[in-house]
This record gives sequence, structure tokens and C-alpha cells, in this order.
Amino acid sequence: MNAKSKWLSVLDVVTIVLFLTATILVFFFAPMERVMGLVQKVFYFHVATAWIGMLGFFVAMVAGIIYLATHRTRQDAKKWDIVAVAGVEIGLVFTLICIVTGSIWARPIWNSWWTWDPRLTTVTIMELAYAAYLMLRAGIEDPERRARFGAVYSIIAFISVPLTFFSIRIWRTIHPVVIGSSDPSASGAFDMTPRMGLTFAMSLVSFSFIFITLLWHRIRMGYLADKVEQLKLRLTQ
Amino acid sequence: MKTVSNFMRAMLAIVWKDLAAEWRSRELISAMLVFALLVIFIFNFALELTPQTRSDVTSGILWVTLTFAGTLGLNRSMAVEKDRGCLDGLLLAPVDRTAIYFGKTLANFVFMLLVAAIILPVYSVLYNTNLLLGGLLLVILLGAWGYVSIGTLLASMAVQARTRDILLPILLFPVTVPLVVAAVKASSGYLKALDMVEINPWINLLIVFDLVFTAIAFLVFDSVVEE
Repeated sequence: MNAKSKWLSVLDVVTIVLFLTATILVFFFAPMERVMGLVQKVFYFHVATAWIGMLGFFVAMVAGIIYLATHRTRQDAKKWDIVAVAGVEIGLVFTLICIVTGSIWARPIWNSWWTWDPRLTTVTIMELAYAAYLMLRAGIEDPERRARFGAVYSIIAFISVPLTFFSIRIWRTIHPVVIGSSDPSASGAFDMTPRMGLTFAMSLVSFSFIFITLLWHRIRMGYLADKVEQLKLRLTQ
Repeated sequence: MKTVSNFMRAMLAIVWKDLAAEWRSRELISAMLVFALLVIFIFNFALELTPQTRSDVTSGILWVTLTFAGTLGLNRSMAVEKDRGCLDGLLLAPVDRTAIYFGKTLANFVFMLLVAAIILPVYSVLYNTNLLLGGLLLVILLGAWGYVSIGTLLASMAVQARTRDILLPILLFPVTVPLVVAAVKASSGYLKALDMVEINPWINLLIVFDLVFTAIAFLVFDSVVEE
């Protein structure tokens, strides 16, 4: 685990190439949306970051469950805690990007940076719940207890994820649903052309690769940080 | 059958212990009550409640008051267990640990309902409205249960952290905001005498949250208190 894996370097390069391809597709391949114009292009990365955010939180919840199930019997359960932190941190960053890109899009389309719409509200609550997760961890010194409480809270906080996902499908909202049928009160919805669909699929794929790469890097960093902590302990003893 | 009755006996013993301790000191409930009344007074001046605006914001004020007072109670109810090592004593007792959780939750639930039982008539008198409606009471029962069920779990985590006093609201509010929103919407539905068709979705959401919160707390409480 010390040296950087050869596969991780390969993955880095693949991810960069994919991301550049997706960016080029967004700007030069996808047709201009007739009503919204250039700002509609935010959509491709906006949805992709939302997906990565929720995926990160999902990974954290699954890792939390595995940690709670195995920490009494297995010595190596700690690795699931490292995975959970990685998932939450990546999820937080990408959810923030999602909120910011959404705001940029909303300014010309809804004529406001922010509305108190169910989708916008639930996604912010989700972000705050996971910010609380990091604060909880910062408040506990004992690593074993930190991992245990983190696992518990990552499960509780995950309630906000399906709530965010389904909020535009349950409540009346102005947030458009592009995939599937949109509420008539939504504003800014459009139908994708095949070229748009291809660009959209490409950005989803490239962001998924970004997620895997970052997760791998972050897990590796978690192991290294753990090792440093143990070395420090040994020095002080 | 025997395990069920053992579970019930352990749970009720904890509820009884909390209520008896509270009856003798009256620390928690008096603090929660004074705090709740202060919140109502602050809202009165902050929002300049006129009769028109009042009817729209009543349910919001009610729930903010209840949840803030509830946080105070939750923090305190776990802190007293932790401070003098009572929690360790409880954990040593040969009973199912979820019985401890449900005992503490029920006691917190009773405290929250007591606060509600006092602020509802007080609010009704102060603002000359009638809040003692059957539907509103149902919403308070459901909302308070959801709030204390997840709150007791999070409080037992927060007291074991270094930053415990500031941690509980930060952990609790993001998780319970959807529950509180549902409670506010359902309450204001009853206060405005809306059709049941418009209130029912919120009541259903409250029931779903109650079930989900209770189930999660039931499953993970063991991992929160183990040493």
C-alpha cells in the first residue's frame, strides 16, 4: 500500500482523457438548446455531480454498515471507516459543485440564484447533514469510537439522500425532471436530442471515473494517515 | 414471552427512574419550560405578530419552540447519565440494551409532551386562538416521537464527544428538518381547518419518519454505547 499502484496511475490518465472528452462534447458537440441557450450546458455537469455526490454518500453508508457488522470480530474493519470518510468527503465536494452549478443555471432561467424549492432545500439539508458528520468525527479522539459513531451517523444521514432524489418526483416543484416526466409547474425543462443524450451519458461516465479515481486516492491517503498516526504513537511511547 | 416481559420491565424501570429523578429536582422540565416561553416571547417581538401574520406562523413558532426546548432536554437527559458514570452502571445491568434506549426515549417523549401540554394553553391565551385541537395533538404526538427517537440516539453519541454541547443540534437538526417540516405543514393544515386530503400526505410522512427513525435507532443503539 506504500507505493502508488501502477493501475492507479493508468486510471489517472484515463480519467483525465475522459473528462477532457466530456468537456469538448459539452461545448462543441452537443447542440445549443433553443430556449435557454448556452447556460443549458451546465446541465451535463450539474446532473453528473449530483449523481457523484449521492454515490459518495451511498458508498459511505454501505461502508458504515459493513464496519458496524464486522468491527467486533475482525481486526481489519478499520478499512471500512477509511472508505466511509472518503465517500463522504467526495460526496460533500461534488454536492457543493452541484449546488453552485445549479445556482448559475437558475439565475437566468428562474431569475434568481436561489429559491426555497423542495429540491434545493433537501439537497442543502443533505449537504449540512454530512458536514455534521465531519464535525462529529472532529469531536472524538479515540479512533475506534470515532469510526463507530461515524458509521452510525453515515447511516442516519443517508435518509436525506433518497429524500433529495425523490423530492422532485413527490412534491410540486419548479426543478425540472429531464429524465422521466416533469411536473407541469417545473420551469426550464427540455427534451434531449440524441446528441445531447450522448453528451450527457459521456459526462456521467467521465464523472463516475473521476469518482473512482478520487475514492482510490482518498482511501490510499487514509491508509497513509493511519500509518503516520501509528508511527507517532510509537515514537511517544 | 418471558423476554418480552423482561424487556418491558427494564424499559419501564428506566422511564420510572427518569421521571422520579425529575420529579425530585424539577431541573430539566423547569428549564425547558422557561426556555420555551422565552422563545415564544422572542418570536413575538422579532416577527411583530399581528393577528393576520399570527395565524400563518403559529404552527412554525410552535414547532421551533418545541424542537429547541426538546434539544435542551435531550442534551441534559444524556449528560446526567454520563457525568456521574450512571450510563456505565446502566450498561452493566443484565438487560437488553435496546430496553435502555427505549426507556430513555420514552422519558424524553414524556418531557416533550409536558412542555407541549403547557405551552399550548399558554399560547392559546396569549394570542387568543384555540390550539387545543384533536388533530394538532395527534401531530404533536407523532412529531415529538420522531424527534426524541432519533434525538435520544444522537444525544447518546454527542455526550461521548469532546464538543458535546454544540454537537447535538448540529447532528440533530439536518436529520430532523424534514420531520419538522412535515409537522409544521400538518399542524398549520389543522389550524387553518383544511381538508383532510391536504393534511394526510404530511401525516403519512410523519408516520414514515417515526418508523424509520425508530427502526434505525433500534438497530444501531448497541454500537453507540458499547465500550
